[in-house]
Amino acid sequence: MAHNPEGNRKQVHYVGDSRVRADRPKRYAPDYSEFPGKNEAFIPDFLLKEWMVAAVFLVGFMTLVMSELPPLGEKADPTNTSFLPVPDWYFLFLYQLLKYKWASGPYVVLGTVVLPLIMAAALLLAPWLDSGKERRPHKRPVATGLMILSVIAVAALTWSAEAEHEQQAESAPIRMPKATKVMAVDEQGYQLFKESACIKCHGDQLQGVNGPHLIGVGNKPGMTTDKIIEIIDHGRGGMPAGMFQGSDQEKRALAEWLMKQKQK
Amino acid sequence: MMLRAIYDWVDERLDLTPIWRDVADHEVPEHVNPAHHFSAFIYCFGGLTFFVVVIQILSGMFLALYYVPDIVNAHASVNYLQNELAMGAIVRGMHHWGASVAIVMLFLHTLRVFFTGSYKNPREFNWIVGLLIFAVMIGLGFTGYLLPWDNKAYFATKVGVEIAASVPFIGKYIAIFLQGGDIVGAVTLERFFALHVFFLPAALFMLLGVHFILIRRQGISGPL
Repeated sequence: MAHNPEGNRKQVHYVGDSRVRADRPKRYAPDYSEFPGKNEAFIPDFLLKEWMVAAVFLVGFMTLVMSELPPLGEKADPTNTSFLPVPDWYFLFLYQLLKYKWASGPYVVLGTVVLPLIMAAALLLAPWLDSGKERRPHKRPVATGLMILSVIAVAALTWSAEAEHEQQAESAPIRMPKATKVMAVDEQGYQLFKESACIKCHGDQLQGVNGPHLIGVGNKPGMTTDKIIEIIDHGRGGMPAGMFQGSDQEKRALAEWLMKQKQK
Repeated sequence: MMLRAIYDWVDERLDLTPIWRDVADHEVPEHVNPAHHFSAFIYCFGGLTFFVVVIQILSGMFLALYYVPDIVNAHASVNYLQNELAMGAIVRGMHHWGASVAIVMLFLHTLRVFFTGSYKNPREFNWIVGLLIFAVMIGLGFTGYLLPWDNKAYFATKVGVEIAASVPFIGKYIAIFLQGGDIVGAVTLERFFALHVFFLPAALFMLLGVHFILIRRQGISGPL
């Protein structure tokens, strides 16, 4: 009791062995009492509700996880010159910005430094740029308007980057895989392929004659059975529409067989 | 009874009660409680972001049991844990999709704070801490993207570093720092791994700690 030499018998309770009194007046957060209404104790009432929200969220999240396997491409090959680079989706808007003439070449500083810096500074300084007491969004139209505009701009840039990338990926020729053997040769699809006009341009081994080769067409990003049927129906590039004469069922069998051409 | 006795024994030595009071003993006002006003679900985004961060930490810890951060084995180890290992695809799936969902939740939380004007006096400091958390999360996304070492990862990083290198004056130093040399290669992968699992998470934990302490100190912003 060295710190209590007066012989005061009242025991002073400290937090740990610090000199912080355990009975110091508690500084309540302003929400504790300032807003009369249906306040709730954080533990256990509110926490239980938060857990319910988290459980609902988790069900949705795990559904996503189990329905879509995470992609894993081929091992990185720095000598691959035909690979179309694309950043993760949340960088696409910045990436897209640099494709515009006024933010690339001699003006690239605009896209890499000036605009991102302005955006970052505006966000960081928001409490001082918008320093009024008013908090309701419709009463501070400048801040709200600018934010809505930025969100729309970011969404539009992301959208156009995605669309542009898809277009590029579609029109890029398939890289000739190392294995060139036709797959699933005993299926109806191969028979249909040989009997129809396809074989004249794409070749009996899918090697391509007048048209492009189709080896590994099933690996093409974004390629689906329906997509192939669409190309057969409407043609593409030098390929005329309606070249396949069989029934819809046969067309589907043909497209499904083409999707099996996953030579690597 | 037994539990009570254990608690008392520990409490006598550690004086837990005041700590517990600081962490947990507070009330939640009506206007942020979705049970009273459904529209208050917008106040859930911050908590859900933290929830996803916890998912990322846990799934990342399990991924680290098998992942090998070198250019010879990285791709093979990811391929192994995804295709051979029991539940590997689920754990990697959680980490892969969680990364995107975390960004979405963080974005929604930022918009909620912005549109409700919650960054205003006296909460300016927490707004800045929140933006720093956003920056760290973006950094985690950028560094994590390279780790599977497939073509997509490699070329995306290459482009990203090229963009950073085009910044005047300091660009080439940023590029050398990120790559650990003149090209995206062996050292880059190790470096991104270290940033992704040690440096950036450390920064994230500190910032989250400050973020939460400030929320407890200042309370949630009042009703509009």
